[in-house]
Amino acid sequence: MSAATCDVAVLGAGIVGAACARALAMAGLRVAIVERATIGGGATAAGMGHVVVMDDSDAQFALTRRSQQLWDELSSQLRASVEYVQAGTLWIAVDDEELDTVRAKHAYYTSRGIVAEMLNADGVARAEPNLRPGLAGGLRVPGESVIYPPCASLWLVNQAIERNATLHRAEAKRFDRTTIELSDGSTLTAGAIVHATGIGATRFMPSLPIRPRKGHLVITDRYPGFARHQIVELGYIKSANGAENESVAFNLQPRKTGQMLLGSSRQYDVTDGAVQPHMVERMVARAFEYMPALARVSVIRTWTGFRAATPDSLPLIGPMPGWPGHFVATGHEGLGITTSLGTAELVVTHVTGQRSSLDLNAYLPTRFAEVAHG
Amino acid sequence: MDKRIALTVNDEQVNAPEHCTVAAVLLASPGVATRVSVTGEARGPLCGMGVCFECRVTIDGEAHQRSCQIPTSDGMVVATRGTDSYPREYEQYLSEQIVNKAYDVLVIGAGPAGIATAVTAAQAGQRVAVLSDDPHIGGQIWRHDHAKPLGRFAADWRDRLSRSSAEWIASASVFASPKPGVLLAETPTGPMRIRADQIVLACGARERFVPFPGWTLPGVFGAGGLQALVKAGMPIAGQRVIVAGTGPLLLAVADYLRSRGANIRFIAEQTSRVKLARFAGDLLLREPMKIVEAAGFAWRLRGIPFRPNCWPTRADGDSRLQSATLTDGSRRWTEPCDALACGFGLVANTELPRLLGCAIEHGFVCVDADQRTSVPNVFAIGELTGIGGLDKALLEGEIAGHVVAGRFDLAAALQRRRTKAFGFVARLADTFALRDELRQLPDAKTIVCRCEDVTFEQLRTQPDIRTAKLHTRIGMGPCQGRICGCATEFLFGWDAGSVRSPIFPVAMKSLAGGE
Repeated sequence: MSAATCDVAVLGAGIVGAACARALAMAGLRVAIVERATIGGGATAAGMGHVVVMDDSDAQFALTRRSQQLWDELSSQLRASVEYVQAGTLWIAVDDEELDTVRAKHAYYTSRGIVAEMLNADGVARAEPNLRPGLAGGLRVPGESVIYPPCASLWLVNQAIERNATLHRAEAKRFDRTTIELSDGSTLTAGAIVHATGIGATRFMPSLPIRPRKGHLVITDRYPGFARHQIVELGYIKSANGAENESVAFNLQPRKTGQMLLGSSRQYDVTDGAVQPHMVERMVARAFEYMPALARVSVIRTWTGFRAATPDSLPLIGPMPGWPGHFVATGHEGLGITTSLGTAELVVTHVTGQRSSLDLNAYLPTRFAEVAHG
Repeated sequence: MDKRIALTVNDEQVNAPEHCTVAAVLLASPGVATRVSVTGEARGPLCGMGVCFECRVTIDGEAHQRSCQIPTSDGMVVATRGTDSYPREYEQYLSEQIVNKAYDVLVIGAGPAGIATAVTAAQAGQRVAVLSDDPHIGGQIWRHDHAKPLGRFAADWRDRLSRSSAEWIASASVFASPKPGVLLAETPTGPMRIRADQIVLACGARERFVPFPGWTLPGVFGAGGLQALVKAGMPIAGQRVIVAGTGPLLLAVADYLRSRGANIRFIAEQTSRVKLARFAGDLLLREPMKIVEAAGFAWRLRGIPFRPNCWPTRADGDSRLQSATLTDGSRRWTEPCDALACGFGLVANTELPRLLGCAIEHGFVCVDADQRTSVPNVFAIGELTGIGGLDKALLEGEIAGHVVAGRFDLAAALQRRRTKAFGFVARLADTFALRDELRQLPDAKTIVCRCEDVTFEQLRTQPDIRTAKLHTRIGMGPCQGRICGCATEFLFGWDAGSVRSPIFPVAMKSLAGGE
């Protein structure tokens, strides 16, 4: 059976693994990518592809902001199939209470150098004529963007391959320190191993505090110009960070194709990936509360996926206690498309000791006692 | 004479006969393609039966409507170019309540098989509804003809249906099944939730298309597709038509089009003379009535060359078809024409059976002698269980009608003939199996997925259908892979992939549920 060696093996070619592979290869390392199925075909393919800055915590802000800047830097190199478009984000407030939140968000963003604009009711109506009348206002963040995640992952992998990374179409079966036994019978010996397999990382490392969090998405036929921004209700933050077993929030994305992608739902404790009509009903009903004109828009497909959710809504990036030479890069919940590039920067720092502008400690898996004392 | 009505097409007044479809009216206006593809190609209708979504237009401000499924009405406003104005009047639409219905037996599909079940079960006292995506009953083979009454046999069945207690639900697309025994359908008057103790699937078949250079030009149709469009009012008199592909359908199509004044240049049948002769010999021995039928075609089609061992290799024209190139394996020649009607056999419409979880083998729904599928209280009949034509469809429809009514003795009496019908299914499949050379037809730039304009070149290096979908967008358009899925199965051996609701594009309102 064949045996290969490399400096770093990256397990998983979702967008996080793909970004790590590219960054490690660009740092001059010999990289091997291990993916059993389609590149960008897991949780990545189920994601919306919204590159967005979030401010739930300073650590979340730092990682999303850095990542968004990295996406912007890459934007001119991306292939057309990545469908990068700087649509901007429009956060919607329905009442005065939410408007207060918008003001706080505006202050937080602008004090940190992000261009953001407060909109009153008229401003929101002008920005998105298909929203219902009578909304309180909103926050426009023009620099944020939208990408098509599967092709973004493919582009990142191809960038790594151009820098001599190898792609192994197989699954890791067993580890002997840093030698990996693959499902095709071959072995791969690596100086370091990065686990970027999303929820799958718990198969080998059950102490990782990740739970699958199911989401549904709905995509429409092409209606160019119907929506212009990624439109998100402020309640989305509550839905994303809450511990509720089942929640929905209005989140609509205009794609470069003219299609619209409608989210979002979050469910714990569901392991079946089937589309659940009652969740689609709730999402659609929520959307009509903001944009009733969507009622007549033609829907062509629905699908689901599982986010890798952590208790504090921050990813797990860094060395794994009890696993010398192994690093994890998982637990990105619904922000993996954005934070893939920042994660890759952190992983390079962990593996090579190169400096990063990001604080390593905030994302270490050892911040959770069950990992630290595994 | 037909009453004429007035429509507006792209800001111009157009007069059309009543009872046509919008697609037929557009095809009567020279130079009007129904849509522009995502890479800017002009496109016209292909399938004629609501499957391919190439005939999408904006009707009365509503984008993405299948013009082949929508009858014209006076004052209708049709736009074939993309629209930037979208309907804003949603209040009434949003307040529409879902309509709830309940039956003993629900039949999906109103072709011969579905009609036979509905009539049989209703006569036995069951509360029956029969539903179809089409505005008229008849399915494909007994499709409503705007200019000509149905044949006597078909009219007899249709009359039996209308005299029965069975309810007819027109223009209803089933798109989801929230739980066993419950189906959701979209109708012109809003969404409908239908509960039924027993469901009989009679979804029929569609044509298989094999991509070749130029097959996306307006003027290239399915064979059954062109017939359906002409029945819906598309003028064909005097037009030069080549009928190509495979199967007995080609003869029926040529015969019909000729009766409507088409100038049929010839019929190109891809299968070999040897296989055809063996098929004819078998028929003579086992199904003499089918030979009589074939002889009828032969008589009416006398003078029209029938070329076995012959298939199209490309279509050419400047934004619409002007000529087709054909080959017999050695020689290659180009023939000017106005329409190329081209179907490469039939494939069962298994989307709904798959959504319900019915077991499928080799593209057909698995059933027992009572027409039961692997899912309790769900039956399948007609082309869904094997391509066998009218006789088999009626027989299976009657069997299912007896079984759902509990009349097992009557069903059993028919089952011997059913075995014989499946012998014909196997002989058809063998005789008209597609030749390998057809896999070589596409060139690098040939579009395989017409919704998303994905080319052969983009696909041939893909390892499987899922990777191809995610990385090239094949099958991600409104036809949901109904056309390209059959092509890639033939070209690359990819399976059909998964189905999820909605199995038909629906208005978002229809997904909102409600009581």
